[in-house]
Amino acid sequence: MAKEEAILLDFWPSMYGMRVRIALAEKGVSYDYREEDLRNKSQLLLEMNPINKKIPVLIHNGKPVCESSIIFEYIDEVWNDKAPLFPSDPYDKARARFWVDFIDKKIYPNGRILLYKPKGEEHEAAKKEFIDSLKVIEGELGEKPYFGGENLGYVDASLIPFYSWCHAYETFGELSIEQDCPKLIAWAKRCIQNKESVSNTLPDSQKIHNFVQHVRKIFGVDE
Amino acid sequence: MAGSEVVLLDTWISLFGMRVRIALAEKDVHFERREEDLTNKSSLLLQMNPVHKKVPVLIHDGKPICESNIIVQYIDETWQNNSPPLLPSDPYLKAQARFWADFIDKKIYDAGTRIWRRKGEEQEIAKKEFMDWMKVLEGQLGENSYLMGKSFGYVDIAMVPFYCWFYALEKIGNISIEKEFPKLVAWAKRCMERESVSKTLPDPHKVYEYALELMKKIG
Repeated sequence: MAKEEAILLDFWPSMYGMRVRIALAEKGVSYDYREEDLRNKSQLLLEMNPINKKIPVLIHNGKPVCESSIIFEYIDEVWNDKAPLFPSDPYDKARARFWVDFIDKKIYPNGRILLYKPKGEEHEAAKKEFIDSLKVIEGELGEKPYFGGENLGYVDASLIPFYSWCHAYETFGELSIEQDCPKLIAWAKRCIQNKESVSNTLPDSQKIHNFVQHVRKIFGVDE
Repeated sequence: MAGSEVVLLDTWISLFGMRVRIALAEKDVHFERREEDLTNKSSLLLQMNPVHKKVPVLIHDGKPICESNIIVQYIDETWQNNSPPLLPSDPYLKAQARFWADFIDKKIYDAGTRIWRRKGEEQEIAKKEFMDWMKVLEGQLGENSYLMGKSFGYVDIAMVPFYCWFYALEKIGNISIEKEFPKLVAWAKRCMERESVSKTLPDPHKVYEYALELMKKIG
C-alpha cells in the first residue's frame, strides 16, 4: 500500500486510545501519533470528529474514522495481510463483538465512577457492578491463554488497557482485583509478557495513578 | 442454508427487535418469533442471554447472538449470499455505517426515550437534544434516498424502527417531527414501502397507547 498516511489523534491515558494503538502495533502500521489536550482540543480533532469531538480518531489518507471499536475493525479489515484480530467465523466474531460491547458498557463506565465520584450509594453500586463484571468476563476467558484463543484478539486488545489502570482502581476504589479475579490478572500479565504491542503501549501504572489523583483534585473528589 | 433453525426472542414493542426482524426479512430468512413477557422472562431467554437477560436474542442452530446491531451484522455475514448486502464492502464506508448506527443508539434513541420518560426541565433538555441530533442525521441523509446513499441498509435498519414512535413523541413532547424534519420523514415513508419494514413496525397509535400506559405506571 504505497503512499499511506495514518495519523492517530489520542490522549495517553485513554483506554480507548490504547486499544487502537495495540491494533496498529499488531499490524505493524507506521503512523503519526498526536497527543491531544482535551481541555484545548485541536482544530484537526474538531474538524475530523465534529459530532462527538472525542479521541481516538484515526485519520487514514485524510479520512477520519471515529469510535475505538469501529477504528479497530477498520484496522483489521484494511491491514488484512497479517495478525488477524478477529475470528473468521461469523458466530465467533459476533461473540467477540458482544464481549467488547460488555466491556464498554459495564466495566469502563463503572470504573470511571469508582475513580471520580465521591463515596456513597452510587459509588458502592458501581464498585459491585465493576467487580461482578470483571468476574463475568474472567469466566468467559476460562482456561484459554487469550480471549482470542491461542493468540491475542479483539477482546484481549480491548480489555488489556484496564490493567494499566488497576493500581488506580484498587487505590481509589478500595478493592483488590488480583484477589477477586486472579485468572484475569494472570491473563493480563501474560499479555504484557508475550506481546510487544501491549507492553509498548500500556503506560506505567504509577503515571496513571498520578493522573487520576490530579483529576480527582480538579473535580474536588477528596474534599 | 437448508435445515437451519432460526429463533428470535423478542417483544412487539422492542425497537431493537424490530431491527433484527427487518434484517431477517430483507435476507428472506425463515424464522420462528417468540414473544417474551419481560415481567416473566422465559427460561430460554435467561439461558441464552444470561449476561443481560434482554431481548432481542437470535438463536441460530441453538447458538445465541445478542445485541441488535451485532445480530444484524451476524445476519449480513451469515446469509451473505442472500441479497441485498446490508453493510458496504468497502472498509471505510463500513466504518461510516457503523458510526451512524452507534450515533443513532447513543444520541437519537437515548434523547427520544427521555422525551416520554422524563418530565419538566429534564424533558425540555431531552427535546432539544433530540431535535439537535435529528438535524445531524437529516444532514447525513442529504439528498440521498437512504442514510448511506442509494441503497437501503444497516443504518436505515438501525433508525427506521424509531419511526413508529414519532406519533407518540409528537403528542407527548408537543413537537412536530414532520414539520422540522421533512426529509427524514420522507425517508421513513420510503423505507415503509419495503415489506420488511411495513410488516415489522407496529401501528403508531398502539405505540402511543403503550407509552401512555407506561407513563401512568412510572407516575
